[in-house]
Amino acid sequence: MKILVTVKRTIDANTKIRVMSDNSNVDLNNVKMALNPFCEIAVEEAVRMKEKGDASEVLVVSIGDKACQEQIRTALALGADRGIHVETEASIEPLNVAKILAKVVAEEQVSLVILGKQSIDADNNQTGQMLAALTNMPQGTFASEIQIHGDKVQVSREVDSGLQTVELAMPAVITTDLRLNEPRYASLPNIMKAKRKPLVMTTPAELGVDIKQHTQLLKVEAPAERQAGVKVASVAELIEKLKHEAKVI
Amino acid sequence: MATLIIAEHDNQSLKAVNLNLVNAASRIGGEVHLLVAGYGCQVVADSASKITGVGKVLLADSAVYEHQLAENMSQLIVDLAKDYSHLVAPATTMGKNIMPRVAALLDVAQISDVIRVDSDDTFARPIYAGNAIATVKSLDRIKVMTVRGSSFDGAAEQDLSVVIEVVDSVYDAGISNLIAEQVVQSERPELTAANVIVSGGRGMGNGENFSMLDEVADKLGAAVGASRAAVDAGFVPNDMQVGQTGKIVAPDLYIAVGISGAIQHLAGMKDSKVIVAINKDEEAPIFQVADYGLVTDLFVALPDLADKL
Repeated sequence: MKILVTVKRTIDANTKIRVMSDNSNVDLNNVKMALNPFCEIAVEEAVRMKEKGDASEVLVVSIGDKACQEQIRTALALGADRGIHVETEASIEPLNVAKILAKVVAEEQVSLVILGKQSIDADNNQTGQMLAALTNMPQGTFASEIQIHGDKVQVSREVDSGLQTVELAMPAVITTDLRLNEPRYASLPNIMKAKRKPLVMTTPAELGVDIKQHTQLLKVEAPAERQAGVKVASVAELIEKLKHEAKVI
Repeated sequence: MATLIIAEHDNQSLKAVNLNLVNAASRIGGEVHLLVAGYGCQVVADSASKITGVGKVLLADSAVYEHQLAENMSQLIVDLAKDYSHLVAPATTMGKNIMPRVAALLDVAQISDVIRVDSDDTFARPIYAGNAIATVKSLDRIKVMTVRGSSFDGAAEQDLSVVIEVVDSVYDAGISNLIAEQVVQSERPELTAANVIVSGGRGMGNGENFSMLDEVADKLGAAVGASRAAVDAGFVPNDMQVGQTGKIVAPDLYIAVGISGAIQHLAGMKDSKVIVAINKDEEAPIFQVADYGLVTDLFVALPDLADKL
């Protein structure tokens, strides 16, 4: 069984972002970049499946400019076998990403695609579901547990009301939630080894995908700042303020 | 121009978030219709038909929609899409699961987590965990979007009811099944609908200590939430998580107890009207967004609070 994992280059999760002064976008100059945390969980899950004997090969794909090869190498160091870089400008819309991935899925004949549920930059939470739609695969989104049973996969999903387990016919698409696993750290020997693992490059045009613009970004602004309020000295004072000043209880 | 809202419900009751969505949809302009798709959910359609501002309710009642599986629901919605300029669902796990699938089938984009409607094609949405707000214009003929309920007031309900039209299309993709469900039962209000929320973080120490929050919540008629740290530590289940990837809330009063205030938690609650922070670490970032801060040991403050309320 072949698994495809997608990885996205995003800002490092611990970085504080700034909005550009002309409000055109977020300023990413000199900002530390990293593997999107949800994608890291996806890579870890696929590698564990291979270690357990459920999967035979873990393929990793990233879409973006040259720099995203760094994230593909990171995934290879974590245990993925082979990389595909689809070269485009740094950021394209989820529907275009899904179209590109659908082509890769068709070419590689994978049984399972594991993606992060969202990237921590655009926070869209769309690509996995869109890929599932375009390939007519079932989807197990926001996964906190995955179990392979023959040609089916059971996915426990974190939903607003609690947990839900769905059984999907493979090939299937799964998107990861935070509690699916705790990703390992890549060891130095594995980082060295990853440099020699195969990584091929392609483009949307070569895959037969026409990149289309569906939305236009008009402006990006900083959110309204909340001002720090006052410190109260005691529980009694707190209750008094909530009752008579804020009038919320 | 007309908007179809995909209703959030559990086959028995219509969730409060639908009222917020009707309000958001009315800002787009045009008629607002509501789709209730489920199984044995006539009663849900009945309450939907009493929301002020809803022109028509569509009811698709079939076993294939019982668990609102994305594979089946997306087909149904795509089938109905020809009559609508906007397809809108709440930014809940239901909406987030289904709507991108709908958008891709229609070959259009989806706009996630809309927090402001500027016009029928221009919307604001948070990016980078709410650290920036993007204003986005849709270039598509059909706008598919999820809307954050907490950013809009709720529409009113009335005695008069509008027409309920039965949709009898039954789509069963046959590639997915629900095999188990663990629904958390609680007497308390739902997090996303509560006026008051009491939340605990890693500082609570363990799951048992959350009962101290329960006592305060009981006095206030509040819902109980948690930070990601508390959920990751296994203190409480995932459905209680407030934050960027959990639930987004904006109650009148949010009491954060033993929560340091990580960016991803703030993203889920910073639109609350009044925020109270109780934490023994004076430097905790939560105090930078709190209207009232109490620097003290929560194990002393909580019983005192429950007692004095």
